[in-house]
Amino acid sequence: MKYVDEFRDPRLIKQASDEIKRLIDPSRHYRIMEVCGGHTHAIYRFALADLLPPNIELVHGPGCPVCVLPMGRIDAGLSLVEEQHAIFTTFGDVMRVPGRHGSPIERQARGADIRMVYSPLDALKLARDNPERQVVFFAIGFETTAPSTALTLKRAQEAAIANFSVFSNHVTIVPAIRAILDSPDMRLDAFIGPGHVSTVIGARPYAFIARDYQKPVVISGFEPLDLLQSIVMILRQLRDGRADVENQYGRTVPWDGNLPALRVLADVFELRPFFEWRGLGFISQSALKLRSEYAPWDAEARFDMAAVQVTDPKAAQCGEVLKGVLKPHQCKLFARECTPERPVGALMVSSEGACAAYYNYVHRRDMAASA
Amino acid sequence: MTTIASRVVTFSDQQIDMAHGAGGKASRRLVEGLIVPNFFTSGAGEPLSDAAYLALGDARLAITTDSFVVRPLRFAGGSIGDLAVNGTVNDLAVGGAIPYALMCSLIVEAGLPTDVLRAEVEAMGAAAARAGVRIVGGDTKVVEHGKADGLYITTTGIGRVDDRASLSAATVRPGDRVLVSGHVGDHGITVLLARGDIDLAADLRSDTRSVFPFVDALFDAAGAEVRWMRDPTRGGLATSLNELARDCGLAIVLDEESMPVRDEVRGACELLGLDPLHIANEGQLVAVVAQQAAGRALDAIRNVPGGESAAIVGRVDVAPARTVLAAASYGGTRVVDMLVGDPLPRIC
Repeated sequence: MKYVDEFRDPRLIKQASDEIKRLIDPSRHYRIMEVCGGHTHAIYRFALADLLPPNIELVHGPGCPVCVLPMGRIDAGLSLVEEQHAIFTTFGDVMRVPGRHGSPIERQARGADIRMVYSPLDALKLARDNPERQVVFFAIGFETTAPSTALTLKRAQEAAIANFSVFSNHVTIVPAIRAILDSPDMRLDAFIGPGHVSTVIGARPYAFIARDYQKPVVISGFEPLDLLQSIVMILRQLRDGRADVENQYGRTVPWDGNLPALRVLADVFELRPFFEWRGLGFISQSALKLRSEYAPWDAEARFDMAAVQVTDPKAAQCGEVLKGVLKPHQCKLFARECTPERPVGALMVSSEGACAAYYNYVHRRDMAASA
Repeated sequence: MTTIASRVVTFSDQQIDMAHGAGGKASRRLVEGLIVPNFFTSGAGEPLSDAAYLALGDARLAITTDSFVVRPLRFAGGSIGDLAVNGTVNDLAVGGAIPYALMCSLIVEAGLPTDVLRAEVEAMGAAAARAGVRIVGGDTKVVEHGKADGLYITTTGIGRVDDRASLSAATVRPGDRVLVSGHVGDHGITVLLARGDIDLAADLRSDTRSVFPFVDALFDAAGAEVRWMRDPTRGGLATSLNELARDCGLAIVLDEESMPVRDEVRGACELLGLDPLHIANEGQLVAVVAQQAAGRALDAIRNVPGGESAAIVGRVDVAPARTVLAAASYGGTRVVDMLVGDPLPRIC
């Protein structure tokens, strides 16, 4: 299959893996953060740790949208189902995220009108087809998914569809990276830059990481060879004492990003003064809200949505795992109270969550091997 | 199988969710924790199989039942009527029985056009004729409009245990080979696309058919060296093999490279964040065969029409116990777990 098989070619992968071994300084430990949850998933899914020397440590970053979302936002969104008798629509990733009174999928089983959609345009269509009902789209994701939400809002405005609204939980990746760089307990050598987000925002926004923090950034694709090649590029920078932004994923990521997508984002959204991230706390200018022109379609402006503050279950250490301070299996609940089947925290839900990926692809293998 | 008998499954979920019907972990907990303990007084803890076995005088019979609730009712390559016959025939076949007769129960939603019902009943008749079984009786109920997605079908099948069969997870040994009869994931992806929720089109057809010809060829070629068989429907190959790994206490190591998966299925799975190994099949067989018989078994299946792309996709190993692994051609290995929840597409 094109764009897949050549990036899983055993011979090329062996070459990249050998090159990594040549490039490393065996006396040194490397901590490289993959920012994007899609990379976390790929790293476990393709068992890349098996191909890396032990002194390269991959640290999982905050780029998993449902993982960083505070539980209160789910509860606030679901409250519209009862209070407004609304049809609640969202992406599949959100369906199993635990809220205080159950996940969307559990609420659905109890009769709540909750529907999984593949695109916000499907939610808009539901609103068209059900003019007597309110339809809310629970929007989530980084700049990857935000343009499709923005486009949908433009369509809703053009067609004056009054019973449709968006509850925006869109966040932006760069402030989160900055928060990690400024965090005192963070010692990182380099970043594997996000792939999908960068198809929209391009490579330019990461320049400060190299310039101000002297950390190499290599934007990477999601296939095994992409990730290994990105690590090669990072190791070369570190060996040469350079810190640059490089783009390994040039087949998809334009340096300047996707200009029409960026335009539609700017038309519809503006930055919130601050937004709460699980594990990272409140980060200023890190999330998107609808501009006032779109207030009629903004669930937060239209409905009385109490800001529900819900802290994570005490024993869960999602925050530490999100910041890369703890590995998934070092959390007290990992594989005990918290499993993909009965997740306590969102990191165990999303396929991009570090805990779910670790549990699904590695944990049982290691458990069985050590038994 | 004392290790299994000692394992007590409890079911403490407060309500039934869609995941309990998806064929994965939650389904298993529901069946083993809530349903089975109330039905069986002895034999509890034995591995569950696709069919139950009864001895009546000298006759050894296999009996099985299955319900079909697919939406949409028709899709490329088949329909609910085909599934209702083939699904039950296949449970008998992989249970080591020669399918003989079916009973069918129809639950029809008021308002269903007669032409739709007629088409499904005709499909059942034709599928039964192809599979060489008779439909000997049944029942029909009509429920209010809005209650049954058009049509639900339950079929119950009975067959004679094949003298050539000696199937049990307990006979599986390290070194045995894992064989599949053809491309995996066709049915699940076909139905997913037929629902029209995703704006994707692919030239795919459901693989719904009787797998008895494969089973028959396999027994002829390898007899008692065929250790275990399943038709990997809901939950896909991953779920069937995890059940085997658990029941035999061994490791199943798959070779991803040799797994027959069509590009269309791989492509859809890559896009939607699904694993072909979790996708349902309705006309495939997965079997474990003794190492020395594997070549013969493979040739036998490949000689059956529709079995041309059969492949040996893995082997049984000692460790890691009760685990399914997939080894990639470039070196890494990953755990292949049972399906958790319903397969949900990822967003970014």
